[in-house]
Formats: sequence, C-alpha cells, structure tokens
Amino acid sequence: MSTLKTLNGNQTIAEAVRQIDPDVMAAYPITPSTAIVETIAQFRADGLISGEFVCPESEHSAMSVCIGAASAGGRVMTATASQGLALMWEMLYIAAGLRLPIVAAIANRSLSAPINIHGDHSDTMGARDSGWIQIYSENCQEAYDNFMQAFRIAEHLEVRTPVLVGLDGFIISHSMEVIQVEDDQKVKEFIGEYKPVYPLLDPERKMTVGPIDFTDYYFEHKRNQLEGIENAPPVIEAVGKEFGQKFGREYEFFEEYRMDDAEVCIVVMSSAAGTCKDAVDELREEGKRVGLLKPRIFRPFPYQKIAEALKKVRAVAVLDRCSSPGAFGAPLFTEIRSALYDYDQRPKIVNYVYGLGGRDIMIEHFKQVAAKLERITETGKVDEIYGYLNLRE
Amino acid sequence: MKKESWKELTIGTINLDAGNSVKNLTGTWRSGRKPQFIKEKCIQCFFCWLYCPHFAIMVKDEEVKGINYDYCTGCGICSVECPPKEKAIVMVEEKIELAEGSKK
Repeated sequence: MSTLKTLNGNQTIAEAVRQIDPDVMAAYPITPSTAIVETIAQFRADGLISGEFVCPESEHSAMSVCIGAASAGGRVMTATASQGLALMWEMLYIAAGLRLPIVAAIANRSLSAPINIHGDHSDTMGARDSGWIQIYSENCQEAYDNFMQAFRIAEHLEVRTPVLVGLDGFIISHSMEVIQVEDDQKVKEFIGEYKPVYPLLDPERKMTVGPIDFTDYYFEHKRNQLEGIENAPPVIEAVGKEFGQKFGREYEFFEEYRMDDAEVCIVVMSSAAGTCKDAVDELREEGKRVGLLKPRIFRPFPYQKIAEALKKVRAVAVLDRCSSPGAFGAPLFTEIRSALYDYDQRPKIVNYVYGLGGRDIMIEHFKQVAAKLERITETGKVDEIYGYLNLRE
Repeated sequence: MKKESWKELTIGTINLDAGNSVKNLTGTWRSGRKPQFIKEKCIQCFFCWLYCPHFAIMVKDEEVKGINYDYCTGCGICSVECPPKEKAIVMVEEKIELAEGSKK
C-alpha cells in the first residue's frame, strides 16, 4: 500500500534506494547530496538493505567502483553533486562508453570558483556530452519517481546506458515535502530483476572489457555507443506510461502547463518550474496568454516534440540555470533554438540565465520575462536576445 | 583482416575473441634494429624471456631457441638484460623494406 511520508529530496532518493536495494552502492558524500549517502549507509547498518555499500576516497574512485561493479554484473547506483560530479568526469565517459546501466542521483549544485554550495545546473549541464541520459525533477515526488524510472530506462536491453537524475540542490534536496511512497513490493515488481549482458563474473566466457582502440576501431565503437541513447526515446515514453498505470503519475518528455491557447511560452526546468506555474496562473488572471513548458528529459533531447509544442506560440523565453561561456546562449536555449530552425513558422526566442549559485527566482522575475515576451509580440522585435534574471546590474 | 562495421561490434567495447592479440603482428613496429641470438653463448638464464614485453622469445623443450620476429618490436630490452659476460643477444642493424608506393 502506498503511504504519505514527509521527506526531503535526499531522503526520497534514499527511500527509493532502500526499496530497489541495488547490488552495489558506491559514493563519496558531498553537499548537497550528503544525506542520500548517509541515509543509505544507515539503512545498510540497520540491515534494511543487503547490497554492498562502498565509501571510497573520492568521487573519481566512487564512479570507478560503480564501473567495476557494473562490469562484474551488478545493479549499481551512486549519488553526488557539483565538484564531485566534476571529479568523476573521465569515469562518466567510461561508464557510458562501456554501456553500463549505472544510475546516479545528482543534487544539482554550482561549480567553483567562487566556491558555493547552492543549487544550479552547471554540474550536470557540463556533463551533457558524457553520454549519460539526463532527467530533471521539479520536486521531491518527481525525484523519487524519476529515480525509479531511471533504472528501467538504463537497464533496458536496447538502451544499456547510464542515467543521471537531477534534483535541485537545497531547493529540492533539503526541502520537506509530503510525498507518496509506493509499496515496497510494488516498487520491486516495477523495477524487476536485473539481467546483466556480458558480466565479467562469468568463468564460462572469456572476454576483454574496455580494450584500447586505435584509429581503426575507435570511431566504430563510438558510433556503436550512440545506439543506446538513440534507442532511449520510445523506452522513456513506455516506462513513463507504465509508471502512470502502476502508480497513477504518468511522465512524458516534458510537461506543458496552460499551453493550449498560449501566445507566449516560458521554458524552464526543475524546481523553478513550480514557481513559474504560480506566475503563469497570476498572469492568466491578468488576461495574459502565457504558458509553461518544463523539459524533463534533457538527454536524449526531445527536439522534435519540443519544436512541435513551441512552433505555435509567438514568442519563447528559455531560462537556463547555467551559463555557457562563449557560446551563443546557454545549453537549453541552443538546443531549442536549433530544434526550431527547420520550421518556416517559428516563434521569436530569447534566453535568460537565472539562479546561478542558488540565487532565488520569484514570481516577479517570471513576470518580467512575460512582459518582455509581450513586448516582442507587440513590436515584432527581439532586441536583446540574451539576458539575466535577478542580477544586480 | 576484414574489420567489422560499427553495427557488427559487440555492445560496450566488449571483445569476446579472447586472445586475439596473436593476430596483431607487433614485429611490424621494428624500425631499423633487431636483436640477434647467438646460441653458442647462451647460458639459458631466461632473463630475456622474463623481460620481453611481447613474448617474442621462443622457448622449446625448456630451452631458449631464438627470437620470433613476427612479434619482436626491436625494443632491445633482451640484449640489455642478457648477462654482460655472455652477451648472447646483441642488437644489429636491420634494413627496412619500404612499401612500393613510398619509394622515390
């Protein structure tokens, strides 16, 4: 039977880990994901889970343990954030290259310098080309639900690609929320049994994992790797539907909020989308036809579906919680602008960077964005394509 | 040797053809010098066999018999490790045959 529990984001992830009970968990605690790791360690000490819990000397080693354990044939997870994810860097690419279905919970946090422990998307956005599937969560419930679905997506035989689930540092990781925790047995049924492909702990089969490739094979192996993430969209869709049938909360690539008759649209991911919904409601009461599109899956990027959803509006503002120095706009913006290129009829589009280092974004800031979009529809001119929200000029 | 297309490769860089490095003739890496084995001087200490990084020292009936040039890269470790009093392995010059197209 599902129960309502008051948990913060980190505890919801740990709760899912308790129910899934992976074979190996290797993690090095780092703010704001520390509580995930310490709660799992407590579960292990209390005998609530049977999987191995490894606490190595760094995040680089944590991901290395995950890669070794997954190669051996285990179901594996980790959790980290910020500098921890940055330290895992080279190993992230190896996990993806070896097609190991590792699942990582990332309590999104800014990157140094200057040092800061609060939430933004610099860490996972920096890892966007590492080959991992990326799912972002708006609140604790979504973090719990996404984390469960992550195992099903990663372990699907056509996919076999690592998945990371982002939850905004502090805003979600440390905020209490009443969430629906599903029945242990039902979760186990949903997750299913894990069947490794080519496990190393198989004395009957001699093989090499991760051999060196020179100019003659590297390119073919990299192309082969892409198949996993390219096969993911129908799996993500099916898993989101099945999750809905089983637990009553269905998931898609992105969520559309009051988009049916919207003239302008704000695109924003994760926790800020919650605030944006309130802003949209207030703006609607003022008679303004504003809608919200909240991407959930960032990798593989659902470019066709998003473009189809956005082509009908007149102006779009894409909000990124991360900057991309020297690029033509931040990551989400460049993806969406590029996705719209093939459409003859496409909206005007602007980009805002917001919330770096945990800077608040409030209803008034979304209203500023909506006002800008309204000006664009009235004048037909974009003027400044790139801006910042809640920054002291 | 026919090389596979990306579709024919096993998932995750896994190589199920264990031991296929014998097909990689590392002897083609030699560039200008090779070890020469002088049988009469050899005291069968097996140092060359122990140190050779490419398993190119041929052993039969528990005796070092010579060098397998299919795999010898000409690195010279064997001649360095060969005891100085005996020097049963010495490095000699090797003429490199260039491929037809590279001749001027």
